[in-house]
Amino acid sequence: MATVSSATTGRALARPAVARPRRKWIEIALFVAPAIALYVMFLIVPVVQAVHYSFYSWTGLGPLSNFIGLHNYREAFGDRFFRQAMEHNAILAGLSIGLQLPLALGVALLLNRPLRGRRIFRLIFFAPYVLSEAVTAVLFLQILQPGGLVDAALRSVGLGGLVQLWLADLRLVFYTLFVVITWKYIGFAIILLLAGLQGVPSELHEAAAMDGASSWETLRYVTIPLLGPTIRIWVFLSVIGSIQLFDLVWIMTLGGPAGASSTMATYMVDQGVNSYRIGYATAVATILFGLCFVISMLYQVFVLRRDSGTGTARMAG
Amino acid sequence: MKIWKLLALVAVICVGVTALTSSAGLAAGQGKTKGVTLVWWHNANQGAGLQLWKNVASEFQKKHPGVTVKVVPFQNEALKTKIPISLQSSSPPDVFQEWGGGQLVDQVKAHKVANLTKYVKSWIKNIGGSAAGWQVNGQQYGIPYNVGVVGFWYNKDLFAKAGISSPPTTWPDFLSDVAKLKTAGIAPIAIGGKDKWPDAFYWDYLAVKLCSKTVIQQSAVSYNFTNPCWLQAGNYVQQLLDAKPFNEGFLATPAQQGATSSAGLVANGKAAMELQGHWNPGVMQPLTPDNKIPAFLGWFPFPNVPGSKALPGSLLGGGDGFACSIKAPEPTCAQFLAYIDSMSVQRRIGSTNFGLPVLKGSESSVKDPNLKAVLASRSSSPFVQLYLDIAYSAAIGQALDDAVANEFAGQATPQQVLTQITDAAKQK
Repeated sequence: MATVSSATTGRALARPAVARPRRKWIEIALFVAPAIALYVMFLIVPVVQAVHYSFYSWTGLGPLSNFIGLHNYREAFGDRFFRQAMEHNAILAGLSIGLQLPLALGVALLLNRPLRGRRIFRLIFFAPYVLSEAVTAVLFLQILQPGGLVDAALRSVGLGGLVQLWLADLRLVFYTLFVVITWKYIGFAIILLLAGLQGVPSELHEAAAMDGASSWETLRYVTIPLLGPTIRIWVFLSVIGSIQLFDLVWIMTLGGPAGASSTMATYMVDQGVNSYRIGYATAVATILFGLCFVISMLYQVFVLRRDSGTGTARMAG
Repeated sequence: MKIWKLLALVAVICVGVTALTSSAGLAAGQGKTKGVTLVWWHNANQGAGLQLWKNVASEFQKKHPGVTVKVVPFQNEALKTKIPISLQSSSPPDVFQEWGGGQLVDQVKAHKVANLTKYVKSWIKNIGGSAAGWQVNGQQYGIPYNVGVVGFWYNKDLFAKAGISSPPTTWPDFLSDVAKLKTAGIAPIAIGGKDKWPDAFYWDYLAVKLCSKTVIQQSAVSYNFTNPCWLQAGNYVQQLLDAKPFNEGFLATPAQQGATSSAGLVANGKAAMELQGHWNPGVMQPLTPDNKIPAFLGWFPFPNVPGSKALPGSLLGGGDGFACSIKAPEPTCAQFLAYIDSMSVQRRIGSTNFGLPVLKGSESSVKDPNLKAVLASRSSSPFVQLYLDIAYSAAIGQALDDAVANEFAGQATPQQVLTQITDAAKQK
């Protein structure tokens, strides 16, 4: 984008000044028109359509004729399985922030030290992130089978008593999935935090050391505050990711048993594709969209605004 | 200068896009002008079925000059989502896979499926009771070509090892055989609880074995489950669940994928039996180390419940058929479906183990002893009920699968199962 605009100004200088603004706008319009057209066609229009469908009882066949107002929304919020799915999304977001963040921070701090084989460790931690969710799901499906790798490993070190029905136990299955999600996404958090750590000037550490700060105090009062923008961006991505989680759950458990590992997205697909309740499923989709939208906006306004400029620039670097 | 080049480029792209879309439109519309084209969507995207349908298409073209049959195979799950979308569009396929039941009712109500009654009147009786599953209000909207019944696929060796001399024929015998298998240290039953519909087979079957034919058939119209036999079916399921007969972790076991699926467990001797459709040998075959249908495999029908209102020998089943969309050239389309149910094609469906043919007189083409047993059971049954989740409208059928799966997971009582299904019916 930057190169395009500088080239335009360069050329425009050689031309009469009058034609400049209009011509510039035509050019801009031509360049952005395809992108805007695609965006409108494949994003805005479907969202509006989905909202429209969500007011109907519709199986996907035949005309949209049975207008039922907000009934689909009332049904969704009244359905204990949808509420359970929402609860799962919320727990997931909470666990991500409460457990993944400290873990990732710890590993990132370790990997930021002059350590032998540091690059290898970084590679190992980041590798799972490169795998697609589908591959991860199939992999862990095998590993977590009754009598699979996890069970065999536990038994071989004398911890056979800890063996569980990882995916079939209703109380456990969601937390099993959380471990798999953590395994897959922790590398991303670590890489982000490592990048953030690179941006903490070493002078500050030196100054802190000269003032007699302990290493804990340096971490608490120098490093973590300076990692703020990185952490805030990661929290944002993690929360949105938690709300939208689908692939991994769908492949590993289909949201079951009995909805014990469902998310809003698996619930939506179940209702739309398996039950042909397209109207109802779009209402769920609209709720999901609204939730993501509101959270994004609020987070943008109240949290990310303070990181304007420097924070995000450092992130991108 | 540059700006004009840019404009020209945009113009070229616009023209190109228009040309592309309009040529696609042309291709789609061509069938109407030159002879007759049948676009045929089916789910036999591999093996014997794929080859057979290819042959059937070319044979039909030879017999009917001027007719082109365009065969489009799809993977089954993909097809299930594609059909409703394409029926809603302006260019649906002419011939498409049709499983009958509540889904067909929904399609007929939306005026998407052609009424074939007058075209098939002369021969439809030759396929007997199988045709009923593809009728709505007495009118024939789809034609089945392969109909089977659900039953127990079992391991003869493991049954012998547990001291069971012959497969059970009554529910109490069945429960005592389950106990015998458990005592012998064998997992009695494998089930794909992850997929939910295998759970529903038990509930459906017990309803078929406990309720009268009228009660069962009316449930698909009235969605009234107040007859005590429905609750009884749930109680019998509970009785079975209390005996803990299923494989370890069955709530997360898939039905068909991989050696640790329920079909794989039976195929590899890890569980003694599985309640499944007539397709099960085909599912098991690639899941064994030697890629062969296990020699120990046997089949027996679901046991009867003594003293119930159901006719003994009532069965649960279903199958595959085809329907013509409302846009199809009706007479040609009906002729094509008649050809699929002709003796020559029906016998090949049997002899290639692709399915269980429906035409009377084609039964002898089935050679596999187990499939022969399935066929004999189907032929002698006084009443074959379509799988309830298919017989009911999609949303209610899915609610049934979900509700029964909840009972299997210990999350719903038999009464709650009924409430959940009835609630779904009220939403409709």
